Amino acid sequence: MFGLFETGFSGLTLGPIVMLIIGCALLYLGIAKKMEPLLLVPIGFGVILTNLPFSGLMDTMVAGEVIDSYVIGAQPVGIMARIFYYGLTWEIVPVFIFLGLGALVDFGPLIANPKTLLLGAGAQFGVFFAFFVALMLGSAFPDILNIGIKEAASIGIIGGADGPTTIYLTNKLAPHFIGATAVAAYTYMALVPIIQPPIIRLLTSKKERQIYMKPQLRAVSKREKIFFPIAASFIIILLVPKSAPLIGMFMFGNLIKESGVTDRLAETAGNAFMNVLTILLGLAVGSFMSAETFLQAESMVVFVLGIIAFAASTAAGVLLAKLMNLFLKEKINPMIGAAGVSAVPMAARVVQRMGQQENPRNFLLMHAMGPNIAGVIGTATAAGIFLGMLG
Amino acid sequence: MAQEIIEVPITGKVISIEVKAGDTVQEGDVICYIESMKMENPILAPQAGTVTEIQISVGELVETGKTITILEYQG
Repeated sequence: MFGLFETGFSGLTLGPIVMLIIGCALLYLGIAKKMEPLLLVPIGFGVILTNLPFSGLMDTMVAGEVIDSYVIGAQPVGIMARIFYYGLTWEIVPVFIFLGLGALVDFGPLIANPKTLLLGAGAQFGVFFAFFVALMLGSAFPDILNIGIKEAASIGIIGGADGPTTIYLTNKLAPHFIGATAVAAYTYMALVPIIQPPIIRLLTSKKERQIYMKPQLRAVSKREKIFFPIAASFIIILLVPKSAPLIGMFMFGNLIKESGVTDRLAETAGNAFMNVLTILLGLAVGSFMSAETFLQAESMVVFVLGIIAFAASTAAGVLLAKLMNLFLKEKINPMIGAAGVSAVPMAARVVQRMGQQENPRNFLLMHAMGPNIAGVIGTATAAGIFLGMLG
Repeated sequence: MAQEIIEVPITGKVISIEVKAGDTVQEGDVICYIESMKMENPILAPQAGTVTEIQISVGELVETGKTITILEYQG
């Protein structure tokens, strides 16, 4: 008989219903509001799929018995559980996304104006700030929150607004947090255009926001662009060895783009390959958000501290740019400091748009791309530092 | 009549031109859109004035510094 108990309806309790609403909300933001649809549509749909009861998508096997939820370390049975296990916990997907990113970015603005590297480093302040706040909260409320030093690092890294790095680090340090931190990181990346402008306005005067920067950056030679990823790999990996998987892939992706002799590889890495990985990552992250793993006090803390981390990173970037202006003869527009978080190119685009609104002569996109790309390097390096200390 | 040259601020491809010679524009009006780094970038009028000859065309790949048009204004 095809009775009610055999369908999914009997499993629709409050938890899954709340998660289904969240899934639909993510789809709405992606489709109707066009907020980072490439991320939010797969994540949102993954959330819906995994919370429709008895689908078995995230089933795992523990001691010979199939369990209808994802258990860390257990053998995956459901198809989404397998994608999550082999793609994410084996670290394949986030690391190769860095390869694709490398094949897409242009280090030209960073090479032309190396002082923007400082802004990318400054914007990592929020990572360490949230790390300490999370650590204090964890020790203040040990009965409610299970946040130790490794969990705190995974929460802090959200401040870099870099999805793949957040997943990579959390998987190494606090795998049970991976759903919450990944969703927080990707949601805040998508919400960059909403979160950053008020912070930037709060910390700058209209006059500062109107500071004009000449559109033309110094021309960067092909040779410089080829040397940069090689030299950066040497320096960063020698300094922070644990950053090697992310930085190594990022720089390799860039080298195949800039070398001029491997265009086919760069074309595939930056487009088709990246798209495949984005689909797998989005669905897998969304599928991890079942009611029982997500609707917990710790997940809420991850979300709140994540946004504090991100806001603090934005603020630190802007304030550092203002500080630099005290010493620079040719002033920089302090808004480009906000692009020091690594949401590429969302943060640079926000700065560009605000810059044009305040002064239609201004075209800050390339100036903001320098700190933005430096931010990617900065966050991956910060993750390497955490791994070196705690891994 | 004073003049101000509007230059291409970023290397890319012209995807549309929103004004024609003789049009009057206000500060902040869109002159054209240039696609660069997978983004549509609006190029805005730096001040109110009259557009003269348009020196770029749709589909053209333009380099930073190329003249888009010269804006004439009172002053």
